[in-house]
Amino acid sequence: MFRTVAELVEIAEKENILISEVMIRQEIDMKDKSREEIFSEMEKNLDVMEQAVEDSLKGVESVTGLTGGDAVKVQEYMKENNPLSGQVVMDAVSKAMGTNEVNAAMGTICATPTAGSAGCVPGTLFAVKNQLNPTREQMIRYLFTSGAFGFVVANNSFISGAAGGCQAEVGSAGAMASAAIVEMAGGTPQQSADAFAMTLKNMLGLVCDPVAGLVEVPCVKRNAGGSSLAIVSADLALAGVTSTIPCDEVIGAMYRIGKQMPSSLRETGEGGLADTPTGRLLKEKIFGTSV
Amino acid sequence: MKYNSVFDIIGPVMIGPSSSHTAGAARIGKAARNLFGKEPTWARIHLYESFAKTYQGHGTDFALAGGLLGFDTDDPRMNKALDIAKERNLEIEFIEDSAGVSHPNTARLIIGNDTEQIELVGISIGGGKIEITELNGFELRLSGNHPAILIMHNDRFGAIASVTEILAKYQINIGHMEVNRKDVGKEALMVIEVDQNVDDSVLKELEGADHIEQIAKISS
Repeated sequence: MFRTVAELVEIAEKENILISEVMIRQEIDMKDKSREEIFSEMEKNLDVMEQAVEDSLKGVESVTGLTGGDAVKVQEYMKENNPLSGQVVMDAVSKAMGTNEVNAAMGTICATPTAGSAGCVPGTLFAVKNQLNPTREQMIRYLFTSGAFGFVVANNSFISGAAGGCQAEVGSAGAMASAAIVEMAGGTPQQSADAFAMTLKNMLGLVCDPVAGLVEVPCVKRNAGGSSLAIVSADLALAGVTSTIPCDEVIGAMYRIGKQMPSSLRETGEGGLADTPTGRLLKEKIFGTSV
Repeated sequence: MKYNSVFDIIGPVMIGPSSSHTAGAARIGKAARNLFGKEPTWARIHLYESFAKTYQGHGTDFALAGGLLGFDTDDPRMNKALDIAKERNLEIEFIEDSAGVSHPNTARLIIGNDTEQIELVGISIGGGKIEITELNGFELRLSGNHPAILIMHNDRFGAIASVTEILAKYQINIGHMEVNRKDVGKEALMVIEVDQNVDDSVLKELEGADHIEQIAKISS
């Protein structure tokens, strides 16, 4: 069983297998299930992600009206214009935000690793797919690769905003997506680890400060940030850029930073953006009480 | 290892908006219902820290209600659970508690009917994963990685033997076991982690064993 990214990469290199394969084999061992069962369980998650993206592109709105409709706006913009950040990045951004719009509207999503950060992995997957033309199996493997890295983070640090801030949620999710993109694009396990590290490094210190305590503002747009950064880091790693600080040490830094965060910046809706004049006003409007 | 499966990370499939505050809360509610063994008629739920501050926005309230009604995390009725609870005559009171707790997403549930009640503490540790840390005043240390049987019993000789005898008969291996009591001869709790899920028929037989009061299982 791997406990660190270094071990994960070492197993993959030694046995000459993909990161996703290491995760799949471990799951088979742990759960005493067949490869087919595990693949079909993961494919169900993929189906849910696909459906959520599809739903979002029809346009959704949350109960509060704070979020919804931005995924559609971006898709329409892409049809009429040539986006400055490129079609793949904006497609990922749109689908990541869309997934989180569905989540905010209390629709059905698959947590990756959490609901608030559920956009990054599927958003990037359904965008890079158009360029990389993966098989269905490779799309399912994308989720195992993401999961392998998330598994290390969850066991060595945290994946919830209440425990470690948004760096633990969108930071982890975007980094997981980076690693999976690299594998799908044909990069090495070490390049996946570098991509992961580069995304997470750029997310360190990010606080969890949801307006009115709702998974809407800024969560939906943070998934736009996480998914675009995921693609940039994957490209950096594929270009041969490496992370000076090793992946496991970045995860360790994330843990220590989260431990130093006051509770007002860990999903209590008390600090940061939640505590701006507009944030407080929105809370009052929604719940009818002043902060 | 707190997380032992890739599906703890990629998953669960759930109704939004928050994995720890909605999906995790639903799982705590459902664990409470399973431990109680039936649908309660009332519930008093204390919420702490992040749970207390944001429960309305995150739907923690309807998710806990949904769990108490037996809903899974992806049940489409989830966001109507408070109304459905009313229809089914399940009365729920939420209390924002400012007491200090060791985990930011902590809930204490006291649930019951006219004749009996249980009290448990659940924490939602992220991504929908939960841990039950206390049952009826007994501290629990469940890894959550294996199925477990919780047995409330009377502190008498033979109680433990009668339980382990039945497990042995069905070739169920015990991976970890703890026994705790309130006082000599008083209420006691056996926590048994096993390697495979235990059939309801085995639980029925355990219920009939000597000095056993109440039995519940937690699937991994």
